[in-house]
Amino acid sequence: MARQVENSKKYSPKLGKKELDLLTRLSNALSVSGDEQEVREIVYEELKPLDLPMHTDAMGNVLVRHEGKGKDRLKVMIATHMDEVGMMLTKEDGDGLFEFVVIGGVDPRQLVGKPVIVGRKHVPGVIGAKAIHLTTKEEREQVLKVNSLRIDVGLGGSKLVEIGDRATFATSLAVLGPSLRGKALDDRLGVFNLIQLLKNAPDNIDLLAAFTVQEELGLRGATIAAYHFNPDIGIAMDSTPANDMPHFDGEANHTHNTKLDGGPAIYLMDGATIGDHRLVKWLTETADAEKIPWQYRQPGRGGTDAGAIHKTRAGVPSVSVSVPQRYLHSPAGMVRIDDELNTLKLMHAALSRLDKSILKPQENK
Amino acid sequence: MTFEILPFLKSMISVAGLSGYETPIRDVITPVWQDLSDRTWVSSHGSLHAMRYGEGAEPRPKVMIAAHMDAIGLMVTAIENEFLRITQVGGVDPRILPGQMVTVHGSKSGEMVELPGMVVMPPAHLLPKDGKSGPLPQKYLFVDTGLRAKEVDKLVRVGDVISFATDPRELSGDTISGHTLDNRASVAATTVALDELSRRKHLWDVIAVATSQEEVGGIGAKGSSFDIMPDFAIVIDVTFANGPGGGGIGNFELGKTVPITWGACDHPALYDAMKAVADEYEIPVTRDFSPSGSGTDAYDVQIAQAGIPVVELGIPLRYMHTPVEVVSIKDVKRAGRLMAEFISSLPLDFMNTVRWE
Repeated sequence: MARQVENSKKYSPKLGKKELDLLTRLSNALSVSGDEQEVREIVYEELKPLDLPMHTDAMGNVLVRHEGKGKDRLKVMIATHMDEVGMMLTKEDGDGLFEFVVIGGVDPRQLVGKPVIVGRKHVPGVIGAKAIHLTTKEEREQVLKVNSLRIDVGLGGSKLVEIGDRATFATSLAVLGPSLRGKALDDRLGVFNLIQLLKNAPDNIDLLAAFTVQEELGLRGATIAAYHFNPDIGIAMDSTPANDMPHFDGEANHTHNTKLDGGPAIYLMDGATIGDHRLVKWLTETADAEKIPWQYRQPGRGGTDAGAIHKTRAGVPSVSVSVPQRYLHSPAGMVRIDDELNTLKLMHAALSRLDKSILKPQENK
Repeated sequence: MTFEILPFLKSMISVAGLSGYETPIRDVITPVWQDLSDRTWVSSHGSLHAMRYGEGAEPRPKVMIAAHMDAIGLMVTAIENEFLRITQVGGVDPRILPGQMVTVHGSKSGEMVELPGMVVMPPAHLLPKDGKSGPLPQKYLFVDTGLRAKEVDKLVRVGDVISFATDPRELSGDTISGHTLDNRASVAATTVALDELSRRKHLWDVIAVATSQEEVGGIGAKGSSFDIMPDFAIVIDVTFANGPGGGGIGNFELGKTVPITWGACDHPALYDAMKAVADEYEIPVTRDFSPSGSGTDAYDVQIAQAGIPVVELGIPLRYMHTPVEVVSIKDVKRAGRLMAEFISSLPLDFMNTVRWE
């Protein structure tokens, strides 16, 4: 079924200085669900030179259309989410001290003793903890609850930030040997990859790019973006846990979900979507043909924007592809650069091979 | 050289220097203290000593200022694939560890290499029941350097130290946050004192000591007291400021005061003398009660040799023993100035007034 793609049209992504700069800006941006302005600005800035039809919709999704050439083109929607988990200041509790709540799934155990940034100006703050000297053994056996923690921006800081401001971890993207360590790589890698795909868009399809909002709050942005685009197929590019650590008692770990160095993770089934068989096959066959390592994400729970896209209108065949990542929703995640670049390479190669024959009904074996 | 406190303090809290492994921090302090003293030397346990000769006739009395420079941190206990198991050096509440940025101090062909990493918490399903929602005991945590197992095997050994890597950050209102402000804030205050003393007359010899191994029990201070044999000592360490999870007996406001300790480790005559100087120069001070003795170098200095009278100063600090400790720069400067005023006011026969009634 696959189209033949000339070698000259193949794309070999690299992580050079320019790309690393963009990824750093994306990762370090404060773009908590509900206020994705910082990433939205980066997306606009990066895509402006392409001069594509582009708009921000009612919820703040950035929707970009790259039309291909020729007749009868497949309309392919790709969604990557701009938002990240984080915090919001809710109440002032002394000068420069603020109560806060968590937005999205953050384990409160990740918050204690961390530097944070607050608001659009990235005002520096910290989430402290009681000195170990002053705690009792009983206290140390309890998790520090969010309502007992405060964000501290320093003396006089009440003039710099206000309740309602969003906050996130103050983590800067770093290259650690073969890995990247940074915050919000879920899903800024996807945002980065979608920007690269638009800059190198194959012209056999219409590429409908959705930089979505509020994924972490229940795939909300993707819901309306998919309605707007009315695509033939939908793809979510996201990041998925690599739980490839040792089991505490030395047992074999059969619940790794994905592994670092395993290549792009292709979804058969998660808690929100059964991946369309035709699309799963298209991706795995492309990877094999292009000699790109890949892995199935272990079938299980969780979800991506595909969970919203595939239920749109009369239904949209959908699939997800993720970069495997350790320690999501913590001060920093960790991914292998190879896995990231192979994900981008796979997506470009797969899109280049795509035509309407993919929609031929397939027997469900 | 003009000594500037903020960049110096920032450079001190940008380096490691765990208890027993103080070389990196000593290397930062040494050139600054060399400029502000007549001679420096290193004790057998790695404390840095800097001597300023007084102007009194010999034999002159001498005062020691002790501020510990060592840091709490972690150490590698085992290596599983690319993951490092850890233990702690000094008092670390394991609840602050998940997600903490660190530096692993490994080696390559005998040369030190610094590997950035982070403390990580395995997902619930890889942990026993007590790890799913409760605080994670240290034994279940790992450090991940982002390197593959083969590389880790070449660079990291059991026993390698792991320091916190939180960057120094200026917060609002002349405050600063970072790791190991306990007790490098006091080393900074001591440096302020040396700087002040370099521009004024003092009769006494002054020996500033950046002590080693305080976090594991006053080891450096004990040896340095013996080596220096001061007539009396000023010990300066951080104390508990108010704020979230604050408390302690003092519960001092940031930026408002220099706590002077009052308790079993502190000679009341020295307390009175320090208080009198503070009052004279209108430096706001508060009593910090430490009734049964202090958890500082004072505990060991006091019982060195045949006994050394001690006066202790504090710098209020929030979130002690976390990598986001907070102090007020104003407090650091004030404590330094108070020490300088006090020392330059000392007459040669001062010890005659340090008596029990």
